[in-house]
Order: sequence, then structure tokens, then C-alpha cells
Amino acid sequence: MDLKMDNISPQEMEELQRNVFVTTLEQVKAWARSNSLWPMTFGLACCAIEMMGVGSSHYDLDRFGSFFRTSPRQSDVMIVSGTVTKKMAPIVKRLYDQMPEPKWVIAMGSCATAGGPYVKSYSVVKGVDQIVPVDVYIPGCPPNPAALIYGINKLKEKIRYEAKTGKRVI
Amino acid sequence: MGGEKDLEQLKREAAAKAKEAAKKRQAEKAAAEAGGTREPVKEESEKATPANEEDDLAKKKAAAVAKAKAAAAAKKAAMQQGAEGEAPGNEEDDLAKKKAAAVAKAKAAAAAKKAAMQQDTAGEAPGNEEDDLAKKKAAAVAKAKAAAAAKKAAMQQDAEGEAPGNEEDDLAKKKAAAVAKAKAAAAAKAKAAAGGAGAGDDEKAKAIAAAKAKAAAAAKAKAAGSAKTGGDAEPDETAKPSINQPFLDKYTKVIEKHLGEGVLEESYINKLSKDVPTLVAKRDSYFKVAEFLKYNEQLSFDYLSEIHGTDFETHMEVYVHFYSYKNSQSVALKVKINRDQPEIESLQPLWEGANWPECEAYDLLGIKFTGHPNLNRIMLGEDWVGHPMRKDYEPYDVEV
Amino acid sequence: MIRTEEMLLNVGPQHPSTHGVFRIVLKIDGEIIKEATPVIGYLHRGTEKIAEDLQYTQIIPYTDRMDYISAMTNNYVICHAVETMMGLEVPERAEYLRVMAMELNRVASHLVWWGTYLLDIGAVSPFLYAFREREMIVNMLNELSGARLTFNYMRVGGVKWDAPEGWIEKVAEFIPYMREQLKGYHQLVTGNEIFMNRVKGVGRYTKAEAINYSLSGPNLRCTGVKWDLRKNEPYSIYDRFDFDVPVSDGGDAWARYQVRMAEIEESLKILEQAVEQFPKEGAILAKVPKIIKAPKGEAFVRIESPRGEIGCYIASDGKKEPYRLKFRRPSFYNLQILPKLLKGENIANLIAILGAIDIVLGEVDG
Repeated sequence: MDLKMDNISPQEMEELQRNVFVTTLEQVKAWARSNSLWPMTFGLACCAIEMMGVGSSHYDLDRFGSFFRTSPRQSDVMIVSGTVTKKMAPIVKRLYDQMPEPKWVIAMGSCATAGGPYVKSYSVVKGVDQIVPVDVYIPGCPPNPAALIYGINKLKEKIRYEAKTGKRVI
Repeated sequence: MGGEKDLEQLKREAAAKAKEAAKKRQAEKAAAEAGGTREPVKEESEKATPANEEDDLAKKKAAAVAKAKAAAAAKKAAMQQGAEGEAPGNEEDDLAKKKAAAVAKAKAAAAAKKAAMQQDTAGEAPGNEEDDLAKKKAAAVAKAKAAAAAKKAAMQQDAEGEAPGNEEDDLAKKKAAAVAKAKAAAAAKAKAAAGGAGAGDDEKAKAIAAAKAKAAAAAKAKAAGSAKTGGDAEPDETAKPSINQPFLDKYTKVIEKHLGEGVLEESYINKLSKDVPTLVAKRDSYFKVAEFLKYNEQLSFDYLSEIHGTDFETHMEVYVHFYSYKNSQSVALKVKINRDQPEIESLQPLWEGANWPECEAYDLLGIKFTGHPNLNRIMLGEDWVGHPMRKDYEPYDVEV
Repeated sequence: MIRTEEMLLNVGPQHPSTHGVFRIVLKIDGEIIKEATPVIGYLHRGTEKIAEDLQYTQIIPYTDRMDYISAMTNNYVICHAVETMMGLEVPERAEYLRVMAMELNRVASHLVWWGTYLLDIGAVSPFLYAFREREMIVNMLNELSGARLTFNYMRVGGVKWDAPEGWIEKVAEFIPYMREQLKGYHQLVTGNEIFMNRVKGVGRYTKAEAINYSLSGPNLRCTGVKWDLRKNEPYSIYDRFDFDVPVSDGGDAWARYQVRMAEIEESLKILEQAVEQFPKEGAILAKVPKIIKAPKGEAFVRIESPRGEIGCYIASDGKKEPYRLKFRRPSFYNLQILPKLLKGENIANLIAILGAIDIVLGEVDG
């Protein structure tokens, strides 16, 4: 790509180099998206209380650009916080479908990851990944709020990495 | 310049503070030591008690607490000493006991100190002999906290001796427990020493039970265990009729008087369940009995606390727990129903509170409650196959 | 005259103000609710069935996950049931630790309720205050049990962990702090005119209705029934403490608010006395066999949780697992009155009424 740089004075050139960054559109998009991940308030069970804890004064998720939205149509990431039962599973799927692209899913806690303590129950889905694709799993029963923040940061990392390399992280 | 000045001033201040703190600490140490030394003196002076013998029993407690805080210099020293002596015999005493504990800790900026010392000695000599005793327990616990630098040294001593006979002691028992805990960065040291000799082995168990000291958890558990061996008269209690027996008698009497004999299969006091009077109604008279329990003036069980079903494989059972706010009494009503065709009248028309729990029992166990206005599968949904709480439940679809 | 027609409105199960996965189908005429049909079971996890294959100690973690906002009382109820059956005497120190843990949890639970209820009806900042204080309690319970929410702290015959060094002092320090904060809460919310208009006279029921619908806890006490199992059927060592049972006779959301706020103060009172009386030493676990077997028979015990009367029924056949385990879950019983309360109300009052009942869906669905 040719840029007409002839008429630019050295001082201006220096300024330009200091202030203009060149990157790909994908990376800019990923940068913007990853810094304003809006999770959906989707409390299913015990983990929801820790999720509320993340949003409240002590842990304050807002400082990472994440802000809980109450509607799937306004959110980017679904934090499945709790046990997904067979009765709830179709609704989880529908909520996921209602979210606009691009969208991500965090499975918070061992129930959402693999059924957790309720793995032998007759009414529990053994992991939300049987219904929707999951990007980040957070272990714990329930995970500490700090663990959830870590998980959200992992998701950011993933979004940027995928944009930078073009490779899917599975 | 100003900055420098400030800095110097700060430094000076800091130095002054440090000095002050050091002084305080010294003073405290001195005080603590004084307390320590003073004590034995007193002990002796008090020991010179009645008659020809010397005391056998001495109990003393000394506690010195010194606290110093960074901002406010507050000091408290409290010393308590108590001595009691009784000597029935002619002899010489017995025992001397001493203990010293020193704990020093230093933490970051602030310095707080607490020293608590407690000493407890007890000896009894009923005969002419020499005593006896000695059991000591000392525990020193030092605690250091991360945020506030607090120091505590607590010392507790406990000694007891008993000598019932004229002989010499045969037994010496010693227990020493020292627990030192240090949290965070602080280091705590505790020394505890205990020595003693006690006469009479039979008293051992007692002594253990009586000795209270802070000790390691293991020691604690042991002591508690041996103390318990004393044995309670539990079997006697079971023989006694329950305090709820009159209530049960009243209920059965009233029910049988109004509804006729034979509406109840049996009635008993459920000893396992806080002695709740339990009525087992016959399948046909279940609703009648329940209705009667609610509306009879003498009974008036207006509150349905719990209703649920159980699959006992041979039969189903519905368990209802009532409470009467008027009489402050509980009663449990049970009914056995056929397992193959579980059907029973609903209590929903009597107590609205039975509405959902009956739906739950229907959902999970398949018990049909006739007369229920809206019996639905409340938990699992209408398309669920089977009743999971039944013992022979097999999932309809195999799990992935 | 405006012509209106009936329509159905579905609320939940994913709705921010239903505190979980509660769903309610409303038949509305304009703004007025004609009929309300609650749909529950979205969090039915089959705890009772799982428990039939587990030993008593193994069941305790599952109770944590039922009423996850006050897990300590759930821990207690199952231990208490087994202890009652076995006739176990719990060491004094363990009882004090249990009571302190339960009362701290009760304060935390009411704080969660206070924060979220006000969040539901439009005030955002109380949530932040409530969670600030709750975080302190959670940290204390974390030190005690090693978990922030699902404690698994109690055992049949006592508790699992002794209080760490300095823990009692921390609780003692927290009490005056919380009292001070509570004053702030009252200044912030209690007299607020908007709030009063929102909750006064909303969701009113009478004493007879409350009893008939098997309500318990603050939902019952708000109608003037002075009934608290801690006082009326004292379990554990609650008879050693001097505390009041706050009641109010409004029967509306405002009365429930008052009762719960007063209960925080009473809990602090109990905590204060427990800290004073706390025995310096002693065992924290009674002598129990390694494998706990409840004797053959059945038992039903009930205790007071922050939401009401939580009960535990155990039918045992003498094995190490219960034959049947059933929990009387207060939220489940309390929620039954909702359709009745909603009839004829504005849709906007739905949240104010539902929130005032204070449900936890894990407990409703079992």
C-alpha cells in the first residue's frame, strides 16, 4: 500500500508515527468487543449469588467494562450461573438464540460445566455444553467472584487472540 | 526545604514514638515481672493459715493484663489473687507451683500487648499426710493478628491434688499443654511447664474432668470424653412416659368420642421426633380425622406445617404435621394407602397450605389427591414419564 | 369507558426480579391482573432422591444448595434431625459456634433480601450498601468454614471447624459496625416517601389467611402472630439468649420490611450475647460413630430459617443412608399465597409483592 508521504515534514512524520497505529479491522473489533462484554443477568442457582457479588460494591465488575443487562437482546455473553435442569434447558437454548451475534457463553460453576454435585440427579442436564457452545468454563461450587472475573478476562483474551491469529480457540 | 523539614520532623516524631513504645514495653515487662514475682510471695503469706498444719488447698488466680496501644497509651493492670486454704490435718504443705510465661512479639508498626496470667492451684489434704497433689496444666496461647498487632499471652494454670489416705502418693500425673499459634508474620513463643504429683489414683478421672485449661484440641476431646463417663441415667428416662402422653390420650379420646371407635389404626408417641403425638388414621377416615383436627374446639390444629408422601414399597404413606397456635401443640397424622392405586382425599379444601405440597407428592410419587382443585405436575412438567421418588423409578431416557 | 381485552403475559423464568428461575403467567386486563399462575420447577434438582443413596454426612453439602442464601440453617436442620433421632448431646462450644454461624447467616440473608428488594422496586444504591456489609459477613463465614456460600460447616454432633484465632473478636467488632450501618439504612430507605408509597398496603393478607396458607417466618409475623421457633420451641441453645420476636400487624409488604429489618437487630443481639458467653474451651464435636446410623423410625424437626420454618423429615430403616428424606422448604410454602395476592393488583405491584415474600428458588424447587 502506497501512502503519499513526500510532502510531510520530518517533525510531522514523527508525530504521525507516534499517534497513528495501523492494525486490522478484525483486531479493532475484537478490542472494542472484548472491552465491553455485557453479560446477561441470568441467575439460575447458587452461583447467581456470587454473580451478584461480582456486580456489587466489593468486586465491581464494571471496571472491566462488563455491565449486566437484563435482556438477551442487549447482551454479548451469557453467564450460565447454576444448575441447568431438563425443564430449564429449552429456555436456556432459546435465550441463547435470542442473543445477537457475536455471542459467547461462560459456564460458571461445576453444575453448568458438567452437572456437578447433581450429576446423578434425574432432572439435571449434565453440563450446559450439551445445549449451547461454551467458551469458558469456571470450576467451583460456587466459584469465588474473583474466579468469575478471571473467567471473563480469559474470555477477553480469547476474543483478541482469535482476531489476531484467525484461529479458533476451542 | 519545607519538604525536608517535614521529613526530618516526621523522622524525629517517629523516633520519639518508637522510643515511647519501647519504654512502654519495658514498663509493661517490668510490671508483668513484678506481678510474677509478687505472686509467689503472696502465695506464701497466705499459706500461713490456720492451726498446725499448713494448707492443703490453695487456689490462686492471678491475671495481669497490660495493654498498650499506639495512639493512646492506656495501661491496665489487673491482678487478682485468691487464695483459700483449708487444712484439716497437721501437715506440711504440699505443693508449690509456679509458672512463668513470657511471650514477646513484635510486629510492624503498632504494638499492643496483653498479658494475662491465670493461675489456679488447688490442693486438698484431708488426712495427716503429705500431700498429694499435683497437677498442673499450663497453657499459653499467643495470638498475633495481622492487621492490628496485638499480643496476648495468656497463661492458665490449674492444679489440683487430692490425697484421701495416709499414704504417699503413688501417682504422678502431669499434663502440660502448650499451644502456640502464630498467625501471619508474627512469631509467638509460649512456654508452658507443668509438674505435679497427685496421690490417689482413683481421683484421676475427677481431676481430669475438673481441669480446665486451654489445651490442644486433642487433649480437650479426651478430657470431655472421660468426664462424660460419669454416666447419665438415660435408661431411666426412656422408661418414663413422655410429657406429651396426656395430649395424645386427649386427642384419641376426643376423636373416638366424636368419630367413633376404629377411625384410628394406632396412636403413639414418636420418641425419635421430639415426642410428637402421632396418629395413624385409617384410609377411609383420613379426611374426617383431619377435618376434625382442624375444627374441633379442643384440638383446633389450624396450621399445616408439612405434608408429604413416602414410598415404603409395601405401601405409600402420607405424613402430615399439624400445629395448633391456640394450644401450642403439635400432632402428626399419618395414613397408609395402597401403593398400586395411591389415592387419598386432598386436604387442600381445609388448609390452603396443602395445595402445592400435594401437587409435589403427586408429581414425585404419583399419589392422587381427590378433591384437589388443580392437581398438576408442579416440578417436572406434564410430559414427564414416571414418578422419581418411587423406589422402583427407572429413567425414561438413558442419560447421555 | 375504555374497552379492554384480556391478554396473557408471561414473566420469567429469565426475569431479573424473580430472583432465579421463577415463572408466572398473568392474565391481565389492561393493567389489572385477573389471574396469576405461578410455574415452578425450573430448578428442581432431585435433592431428596440423591440423598437416598448418600450417608448423612454426605447429604449436608446438598442442603447448602437448597436455600443458598442461608445455607447454615439448612446445615443445621439436617444435623438437628439426625441428632434428635440418635439422642446426641452436642457440645456447648459447638452449639455456640452453630448459633453464631446461623445468626451471621441470617443477617447476611436479610441483607441480600433488602438489597435486591429495593433494587427490584427501583433503588439501586441500597444493593451496593447491603452487599458491602454482606461481604464482611461472608468473609467471616469463609474464615470459619472455608467457603463463601455453600459452607458445609456443620456435622452430626457438632461442627467441622473450630473458630480460628481472633474470629470471635472479629464478630464482636462487626456487631457495633453493623448497628451503625443499619441506622444508615433506615435513614436512606425506611422513611422515604416514594418507597412508602410503593410498599404500604401492597400485598396485604390477614392473620387467618397467613395461617391457612401455611406461611411462616417474617411472612407470618407481619400479621401479628408472635411466633418464632427459636423462642417458642427453642432448639440448640436459643433459650439462653435474650431477644425479641419482632412483629408487625400490617400484613403488607411494608410490615414485612419492618419485621425483617428488626430481625437483623435481634440477630445482632443474639450474636452479642453469644460472643460474651462463648466458652473458651471445649470440644466441637460430640463422640459420634464413624458411620452415622439413625435408628429405625422417623422424625420431623423444624427450625427457624430466615425465610421461615424449615423442617426435615427423615424416615430411617437403621442403615447409614436415610430411607426417605424430605425437607419442608419455607419458600415453597410461602409462595403459595402469591396468586391470591396478585388478583386485582396492578402489574407494577407484582414485583413489590413477590419480592416481599422473599423466596429462594433453590428452596422452592428442592
